[in-house]
Amino acid sequence: MASNIIGILFDGLAYGSLLFLVGVGLSITMGLMNFINLAHGAFAMAGGYVSVYLGQKLGMSFLLTLPFAFLGSALLGLVAERLLFQRLYKATHLDQVLFTVGFVFSSIAAAHYFFGASQQMSAMPDFLQGQTRVAGVDLGKYRLLLIAVVAALTIALHLTLSKTRFGAQVRAAVDNQDAAAGLGINVGLIFSLCFALGTGLAGLGGALGIEVLGLDPGFPLKYMVYFLLVVVVGGAGTIRGPLIAAMILGIFDVAGKYYVPEAGAFIIYVLMIVLLLAFPSGLGGKRA
Amino acid sequence: MTIVSGLPHSSRPLASRSGSSRMNHRSVAVDRLASPRPRPFEVVVWLLPAVAYFVFPDNLALGVSIMTYAVAVLALDLVLGYAGIVSLGHAAFFGIGAYSAGLLAANGWREPLTGLLLAGAASVVIGFFASFLVVRGKDLTRLMVTLGIGLVVYELANRLSSITGGMDGLSGFEVSPIFGVFAFDLYGKTAWWYVYGVSLVVFIFLRFVVSSPFGLSLRAIREGVNRMPALGASVNSRLRIAFTISAGVAGIAGGLLAQTTQFVGIDSLSVPRAAEFLVMLVLGGTGRLYGALAGTAIFMIAHDYLADIDPVYWEFWMGLLLMAVVLFARGGIVGALFNLVPSLKARFGRAAQ
Repeated sequence: MASNIIGILFDGLAYGSLLFLVGVGLSITMGLMNFINLAHGAFAMAGGYVSVYLGQKLGMSFLLTLPFAFLGSALLGLVAERLLFQRLYKATHLDQVLFTVGFVFSSIAAAHYFFGASQQMSAMPDFLQGQTRVAGVDLGKYRLLLIAVVAALTIALHLTLSKTRFGAQVRAAVDNQDAAAGLGINVGLIFSLCFALGTGLAGLGGALGIEVLGLDPGFPLKYMVYFLLVVVVGGAGTIRGPLIAAMILGIFDVAGKYYVPEAGAFIIYVLMIVLLLAFPSGLGGKRA
Repeated sequence: MTIVSGLPHSSRPLASRSGSSRMNHRSVAVDRLASPRPRPFEVVVWLLPAVAYFVFPDNLALGVSIMTYAVAVLALDLVLGYAGIVSLGHAAFFGIGAYSAGLLAANGWREPLTGLLLAGAASVVIGFFASFLVVRGKDLTRLMVTLGIGLVVYELANRLSSITGGMDGLSGFEVSPIFGVFAFDLYGKTAWWYVYGVSLVVFIFLRFVVSSPFGLSLRAIREGVNRMPALGASVNSRLRIAFTISAGVAGIAGGLLAQTTQFVGIDSLSVPRAAEFLVMLVLGGTGRLYGALAGTAIFMIAHDYLADIDPVYWEFWMGLLLMAVVLFARGGIVGALFNLVPSLKARFGRAAQ
């Protein structure tokens, strides 16, 4: 029983790590520009397809494809932001929602056209398959890797934001865009870079998560709610908020599916409504 | 600048955040549908379906579904276009109405008109309770809560498959003749007139609502939510009423779908369906009722043609269309038309003088 609970916690943490990895970029861009981007999942999907494509066509090993998934999605994000999304920063939330929903529909159709409707598999190397015994509990090797990667990235991200000049500029722009611009910070450039970083991380999450989340053209729509949840429940513009929210969601989702499978995704949706109503501005957020 | 015969000059359905207070001011002051008497163009618009009935007798099913969805999109227009609440969960109320009507018929209550009213009533009840959750938050929270409500209702219908039929949908029920006389026929003629009549009644009701003082106060809330309490208006209770009415109308639309197709699929509750409602509304133009009608008609006809070719491409074009409307045609198609009329009038009026 006890090992059961630990197993669920572990799986929940691994799942939460993935949600965080994809959602953190969304948090920063929402906090920075107050831009509601429902299309964030499309960039995660793009990363997943980059990884699958490189693995299948060029025979690259799974781990080697991950940096390319990051770079590919970051590049796509940068282009999309410069060409499309930056026109909508001053628009109403309704316009942003509509535009990004339109983007999601088009990207789903595009993915379907290029890669077909089927579920994609990633070729896991042997050493990531199976389980390893840690302190008397069997833990999946692949999920251990997930947690380790996300932990390392979180620390790196935290250090970047708190210690570097770029991080200080980002924080200044999140806190007060006008004042930051008045101090000579190029807020537009900062935002483009943040957007690229965020979509890159999403792409990495999409590639890393093929085993857990799956990958098919419906991906951006299927997980849209989860990624948004991480941000809205956690509070936009922070790292800590989404981290906590992602872990809560991950653990509750896994535990719900294990203990009450007949309830399905029901638990997570009810949890979301309750959390939203209890914390209208997010668990760690500064603004609604 | 003079106001020509009460036609709207500026018609931006949703105020951009700032810098257009002058425009907002005018669009509130010039009331499009305030007069209870129908304008000539309104009579023409409502005669169009009847013309289509005789000109395209082979496309009655398409006509029925256009008018059915138009009712749902009108419901969305009330909360989005007038009250300013972005709802991604309106398919929930549409679906609740559809399942209510379907389940009533399946369990022996075959009378269509009372069945339709009960379907609307079921959505009103659920919508009333949901409205308390929806109005609590702000922008983004609201969006997420409506989305959450939609997802919860979808999951419920999916899990309660012994009642709803789950993924297979609800089928095998029949509806009695309307007034005991007009049976639903294979060609959809009865269905067509039935839906036409119901949608006209719903439209007249909604037109009355939006031109009433209550409807004006909704628009005032949309344009300046902080000023309304200063006028002594309770913002939240008004938004709740609007949301509840809208849920009921969406439920009636769902009931129409169930009764005319004699089938309720679980996709009628889904989030993509709610997104489609949004697309139709925005395509036509928000906050003017006729935008909802035009958007639905154009969307459904385009869907009918393009989805025949390839359903995957259809999704791509729909997404592209949505992005284009947001970037280039903020007021939708009807908004663009309404903007055209005064400028043409001004040009030709000057020429005549």
